[in-house]
Amino acid sequence: MNRIIDHPVLGKLDDRKKIPFTFEGKEYEALENETIAAALLANDVRTLRVHEESGTPRGFYCNIGHCMECRVNVNGQANVRACLTVVKENMVVEKGKQHPNIVKRMVENR
Amino acid sequence: MIDVIVIGAGPAGLAGAISCAENGLKVTVIDEFVRPGGRLLGQLHQEPSGEWWNGIKESEHLHNEAQKQSIDIRCGVSVYNLEKDEDAWNVHTNIGTLTAPYVLVATGAAEFPIPVPGWTLPGVMSVGAAQVMTNVHRVEVGKKGIIIGANILAFAILNELQLAGINVERIVLPEKSPLSKNAGEPEVVMKSLLNAAHLAPSPILRFGSSFMKNEGFRKLGMKFFPKSGVKVNGTPLQLRKAALEILGKDQVEGVLTADIDVNGNVIKGTEKVYEADFVCIAGGLYPLAELTAVAGCPFKYVPELGGHVPHHSEKMETPLEGLFVAGNITGIESGKIAMAQGTTAGISIAKHAGKGSTDINEKLEQAMKNVHTVRQNAAIQFNPEVANGRRKIYELWDVFYGKEQDTLQEIG
Ligand SMILES: Cc1cc2nc3c(=O)[nH]c(=O)nc-3n(C[C@H](O)[C@H](O)[C@H](O)COP(=O)(O)OP(=O)(O)OC[C@H]3O[C@@H](n4cnc5c(N)ncnc54)[C@H](O)[C@@H]3O)c2cc1C
Ligand code: FES
Repeated sequence: MNRIIDHPVLGKLDDRKKIPFTFEGKEYEALENETIAAALLANDVRTLRVHEESGTPRGFYCNIGHCMECRVNVNGQANVRACLTVVKENMVVEKGKQHPNIVKRMVENR
Repeated sequence: MIDVIVIGAGPAGLAGAISCAENGLKVTVIDEFVRPGGRLLGQLHQEPSGEWWNGIKESEHLHNEAQKQSIDIRCGVSVYNLEKDEDAWNVHTNIGTLTAPYVLVATGAAEFPIPVPGWTLPGVMSVGAAQVMTNVHRVEVGKKGIIIGANILAFAILNELQLAGINVERIVLPEKSPLSKNAGEPEVVMKSLLNAAHLAPSPILRFGSSFMKNEGFRKLGMKFFPKSGVKVNGTPLQLRKAALEILGKDQVEGVLTADIDVNGNVIKGTEKVYEADFVCIAGGLYPLAELTAVAGCPFKYVPELGGHVPHHSEKMETPLEGLFVAGNITGIESGKIAMAQGTTAGISIAKHAGKGSTDINEKLEQAMKNVHTVRQNAAIQFNPEVANGRRKIYELWDVFYGKEQDTLQEIG
């Protein structure tokens, strides 16, 4: 998605430093003080994780820390809210992953 | 030593912190968002005077005031528990425990979700999420959107999306279900919109202006509500259409809708898919009061205030000693009112702490009066009966705690 550069009331988006980071091993750029969720959306990335059990995709929902839908791994730390976390230089961000559900798979394969 | 810990750096928390500090108390403010301002940050609407209420500017103003008072503001810190020792409150956060004799809980509001099938797809978000992405982060949420749910907040944010050049194609209702409740019933929605119509932030948002002004139409009500909808600031509001499912493989691709009767029942054979790359769900707001529950505060359900609120007085005290509340945690209202309540809470805390000058009682009375005045002049109001809701909770306070407080006052 694009950034909203010009706004009729809020004015022009100020020039901010670009901050490199990676998501799923790919390099992206955030603007200084931008959250992971905003930076990824600005780079057209909507899927922040997959559901631990079903593997279906999830993105941000509330964008203000209430719903926990946006949890990602940040520098190895799991379950970090992408909507509340500012991108730092060379941050390594990864999707929340599907967990092996051994019992379910056993039942399915019977 | 900290005298007061304020949880939440929204308009209520910041105003509260400032008035505490002005009265000589040492204050720390904690907020889990990336910058101070709370939900004020995303707000942008035109006042009746024509002036813009710019939440970013208002937040910066409050932040500057707080800095002048040397208030310690810590962003990016979450509070997850709150409990009392003999004489101090322990506020447990992700960076450790802070302790102070007084705590002001100003955690604001949260949005009710409406779980429409398909709502977990990336690209589906609460309408407030779209507000924050647009006005605070300045990132487009999509190119073509549909809002599910019709209420004042949805209209305010529709206007904000339009201002930023984001295309919202239509507003429809959620399908009637035990979870969507009244939000899926056209007649009920229509009634609440008509009741609240004059409370919308700007004339163009005053729902279906021409439609509404016509007394005849009003009486006929939903039966003759045009299929294509009435325009709210150019976007059709389709009260006779419901979203049955949000469609898409890896992200939102469209919404399956159907026509509905006046009671919200789906009319078979009228199903239609509209393309979209984002969907906003507008379920309305409720007070975010978990922390006061954890602390042991009793609650009362007051629908006019948006749900369950902690027992509190007009002076913003709770029944728990040293614990105060302000802002949307006490009931859903707009930012200016939250600010006025915050100021009241700050003075109230100073009074309890034996601080402030000899005229502290007058200041407190003045601050309480000011809350009423601001409420009367509010440009946006979420529930037309809010003043009644407020009265109920203060009456409850007088019944349960009135005597106690009076004796406290005599002593103090
Ligand atoms: C999504 C949304 C959109 C809104 N839009 C509008 C609008 O357009 N116009 C309008 O008039 N009103 C709007 N409101 C109503 C809004 O609640 C009030 O206008 C006003 O902002 C309330 O102020 P407050 O200080 O009580 O709470 P808030 O402004 O919500 O501030 C509360 C702060 O507390 C922080 N917090 C909460 N829990 C914790 C915790 N556990 N740990 C640390 N920090 C925490 C939050 O991060 C937040 O910054 C909106 C509310 C929401 C939820
Ligand atoms: S999107 Fe809800 S917590 Fe991040």
